[in-house]
Amino acid sequence: MIELQESKSREHGFRLFGINDPQQGILHVVPPELGLTQPGSLMVGADSHTSTHGAFGALAFGIGASETRHVLTTQTLWQRRPGNFRIRIDGTLPFGCTAKDLILKVIAQIGAAGAVGYAIEYCGDTINRLSMEERMTVCNMSIEAGGRAGMIAPDQTVFDYLIGRQFSPEGALWDRAIEHWSSLTSDDEARFDKEAVVDASSVAPMVTWGTSPEHAAPITETTPDPADASTREQKADVEAALAYMDLAPGQPLDTIAVDHVFIGSCTNGRIEDLRAAAEVAKLGQARVTTWVVPGSQTVKQQAENEGLHRVFEDAGFQWRDPGCSLCTAINGDELAQGQRCASTSNRNFRGRQGKGSRTHLVSPSMAAAAAITGNLTDVRNLKGGA
Amino acid sequence: MDAFTSLKAVAVPFDERNLDTNQLCPTRFNKIPVSDPDYQRILFNNQRFAEDGSEHSDFILNQTPYRNSGILVADENFGCGSSRESAVYALLAFGIRCVIAPSFGDIFFSNATKNGLLPVQLSADTCDALRQLLHDSPGREMAIDLEQQTVTGPDGSRHQFDLHATLKYRLLNGLDDVGVTRQYSQSILDFEREHHAAMPWLFTQSETAK
Repeated sequence: MIELQESKSREHGFRLFGINDPQQGILHVVPPELGLTQPGSLMVGADSHTSTHGAFGALAFGIGASETRHVLTTQTLWQRRPGNFRIRIDGTLPFGCTAKDLILKVIAQIGAAGAVGYAIEYCGDTINRLSMEERMTVCNMSIEAGGRAGMIAPDQTVFDYLIGRQFSPEGALWDRAIEHWSSLTSDDEARFDKEAVVDASSVAPMVTWGTSPEHAAPITETTPDPADASTREQKADVEAALAYMDLAPGQPLDTIAVDHVFIGSCTNGRIEDLRAAAEVAKLGQARVTTWVVPGSQTVKQQAENEGLHRVFEDAGFQWRDPGCSLCTAINGDELAQGQRCASTSNRNFRGRQGKGSRTHLVSPSMAAAAAITGNLTDVRNLKGGA
Repeated sequence: MDAFTSLKAVAVPFDERNLDTNQLCPTRFNKIPVSDPDYQRILFNNQRFAEDGSEHSDFILNQTPYRNSGILVADENFGCGSSRESAVYALLAFGIRCVIAPSFGDIFFSNATKNGLLPVQLSADTCDALRQLLHDSPGREMAIDLEQQTVTGPDGSRHQFDLHATLKYRLLNGLDDVGVTRQYSQSILDFEREHHAAMPWLFTQSETAK
């Protein structure tokens, strides 16, 4: 398959960032690093997390194999215009809380089907203050709320990130691009088909307890009790999820022991994520098998330049090669039947990390906290604070 | 792709909300070619089969009345998650030609229509009622008429569904998108010329940086 990809790319004049390329990495990590992801562009990828690129004000969404063939053949796609869904997020994220906790809260609030048929625009002062990497984490998980695309209006944070990157415009073209990009904001009087408001100041470090990203709750809470469900469907949903996850109703989330920790993926495999995990790794030693998988060769190199790999290795974390790895149980990187993993990835679906595996989605610092305690743990208690 | 006109087949109920494409096709099967004679075994593989390949007898598709299912009646957000088209191929390989649900994952919906798998959207209440009927008398048939845009339930109840006229036309005629799009070649070229002039930075850098 790899050889075919290489020969076909050569034949058709595509630039391939292949397996031995020094800039190889995950589809949603590499193009932003290279300056290929630009505001106002239309991007599609044969992967549902293509929504990540919306962090730059690009309209970006995942497509299947037939649609990919159609794009390669005709440079076009047949699409129905999605509804517009504005999610406004204001307030200051509390100590110990990250963009990952924020988007898990959004998904818990609107549901895994909350944005089906919509393209999301995230706005508000919390969003405006996020770094590009944090914005990518938010937009990345739009699809976990059912939204094929999720985007943020381009601003100075985007321009500062893009300037000087390999494929970014230069000179006079940069000025023209900035002029265009600056115009890509929603009008004040713009009407949306659906709206939601989220208070960032009420976010706590989140973990998922079930088998859908909407099964997310603050680490300080307990697993739900099916008896409290308001409908028959909800009761069945909670029962099935708890049964698969081998958890009891009303179990405190910070008492759940894990077998494995995974830090990486297109959601949380960037340099800021690794820095956050390393800060916590410094506080102890891994009690369970812990993998750190950078999102790209570039991230790996940068982390090594900063000495992060030493921090991880000193704490007994495994420093591995870039790729999707355990997020989707690919190329043999998978959990054994029944194993439980604290994971910075994006999907806690049944069997996502290997047949019979159990996944708890968390932020990078929460994952590192789970690594050094062997439990899902409130990272704020380790870091001292609230 | 195969045209879809009408279908009368055994219908199988799946009550789970947010049934994701990882269940329809676990990741490890993504690289299996569709031509594989055992392709249908990919569908719900983790739940249908034990390690040794034997069937889990309690899984619904392993129960006698449902082995020949051609229609699947689901709940909200069916096919959410990964964009893998193998989820659609696996359903088709098993013999499912139509999925009925209150809503679908957007990418799954597109993938289905490109392969002659008909996604039918009916209200949550209607889907609930249909699934209940199917649970009450396993192995009952349902019917789909795409021309009339109707679903006939196991109790003979008729339900009208919406489908975009373009999609309907292509499904009814088994038309390939690429062939249709090629009729617009000149418009596409015109657009590309304008786009190139309006946003030259998208092109010059990528050309010189090779």
